[in-house]
Amino acid sequence: MASEHSSVAYYPGCSVEGLAIEYDQSTRAVCKALGIKLLEIPEWSCCGSTPAHSLDPTLSGALAGRNLAIAERMGCAVVMTPCPGCLRSLKGALEIHDSPERRQALLDLMGMPFEGKVRAISVLELLFNALEAGLLTEARVKRPLTDLMIAPYYGCLLTRPPGFAQFDDPENPVSMDRILTTIGATVVDFPFKTECCGATYGVARNPIVTELTGRILDMAARLNAQAVAVACPLCQQNLDLRQSQVDRRWRRSFNLPVVYLPQLVGLALGIAPDELGLDKLVVSADALLSDLQKVSEGI
Amino acid sequence: MEPIHILDLQKTCDEDFIHEVEAASGQQVRKCYQCGNCSATCGFTRFYDYPVNQIMRLVQLGQRDIVLGSRSVWLCASCQGCTTRCPCNIDVASVMESLRVMSRTEKKVSESDIQMFYDEFLRSVKAFGRVFETGLLPVYGLLSRKPFTDMDLAPVVLRKGKLSFFPHRIGKRGEVAGIFKRFEQSAQKDNAGKGGSHGQ
Ligand code: SF4
Ligand code: SF4
Repeated sequence: MASEHSSVAYYPGCSVEGLAIEYDQSTRAVCKALGIKLLEIPEWSCCGSTPAHSLDPTLSGALAGRNLAIAERMGCAVVMTPCPGCLRSLKGALEIHDSPERRQALLDLMGMPFEGKVRAISVLELLFNALEAGLLTEARVKRPLTDLMIAPYYGCLLTRPPGFAQFDDPENPVSMDRILTTIGATVVDFPFKTECCGATYGVARNPIVTELTGRILDMAARLNAQAVAVACPLCQQNLDLRQSQVDRRWRRSFNLPVVYLPQLVGLALGIAPDELGLDKLVVSADALLSDLQKVSEGI
Repeated sequence: MEPIHILDLQKTCDEDFIHEVEAASGQQVRKCYQCGNCSATCGFTRFYDYPVNQIMRLVQLGQRDIVLGSRSVWLCASCQGCTTRCPCNIDVASVMESLRVMSRTEKKVSESDIQMFYDEFLRSVKAFGRVFETGLLPVYGLLSRKPFTDMDLAPVVLRKGKLSFFPHRIGKRGEVAGIFKRFEQSAQKDNAGKGGSHGQ
């Protein structure tokens, strides 16, 4: 595992260039700290996301496939992306390529050689593999997240559908839980791990998002979580950036920080908060930091 | 929107539709025995017109216009819950996706502003190679006559330095535009071949 991941092609995805910039920062910082070499795919392009799926599956495959083809040329066996939506498109391209009836149409649209030999994984899977391979261990944790109660929220796509995701359990995933406990946090038994946050409807159908996201925040709050951990830029945007809209809809103030998993891992590894983009979160995570401060001073 | 002719379902059953959906999705819609698991799992049921199990039933009954014109096919978020929990192993989300594509080709889209949002998104990908959030959202707002959606979020996004005012043009955006061009050409050929047999 460790050698497979020693050099990984990195597909950031469009959202990390804007609203999810801290996800990119923290992913890169954590990989560096763990000795995982990320090679950004040069001139990577948008995977087409839901809009391309809703127009034509082969078009979606070709837009995503272009990036996989470049990764292949770089000689990488694994492509990692922090965005589960992008992951779905990248895997969709591989699925079409695997199908003898659909392959030629894909290659025709792509207009470049593509052998379909790379594997696409999420940053969660990469970190979980690092854990299993002994790269991420309790011994490497410099600032354990002791006393922090965290709700692990996986969202829809990281483990579903199971045949496609080929990772963790679709009903009760535990990979994030295990990473969080390794870095010292306490994980709440979160029944809404894989409920949908409303996905892309924040703009076009805002009430859908404030309703669904509100349920997730409400459950996390009722279980006394001090933060929600996420591994998806869209989930994070709905839960964090839109939390003020959720507050208005639910007439309450959740004030729950929604933190990217690599940010939490990075903190535990002793990386400075500003290198992890913690100041970019809309709902401030400062309360978590002061808790950590106390803990490390206590040691 | 067409009313359902409850007593006339056989008369309005379009057998071709059933086969087209099965071919496009690669799923046997016939296998659905209406257990309702998909709708029980679907967080969007309350926003749908027809819950997803009813969409499946309407496909079995060949109700082309009702299904393709439904709100449900455009509000589905592809969350994969239904697919994960269908006891018949039907990839229900993929059926919904195929229906979305068909409703577009047959010009029966009920939620035209969502389609518009998607079209703007793809236009940005075609032009720049990547999506450019700042550019995209105001355009959507103007087109859908909902300007300033999310204006309440603008100050915080600006304060956090999260908006880029210039598109990230990638150097090889020609390659991406080429994919779109070949796609448009093949779609034109397909349409000419079919002679517009449906949705007229
Ligand atoms: S879960 Fe499957 S079998 Fe049950 S109603 Fe839905 S599609 Fe039909
Ligand atoms: S994929 Fe669509 S229909 Fe299926 S559960 Fe999710 S939102 Fe509902």
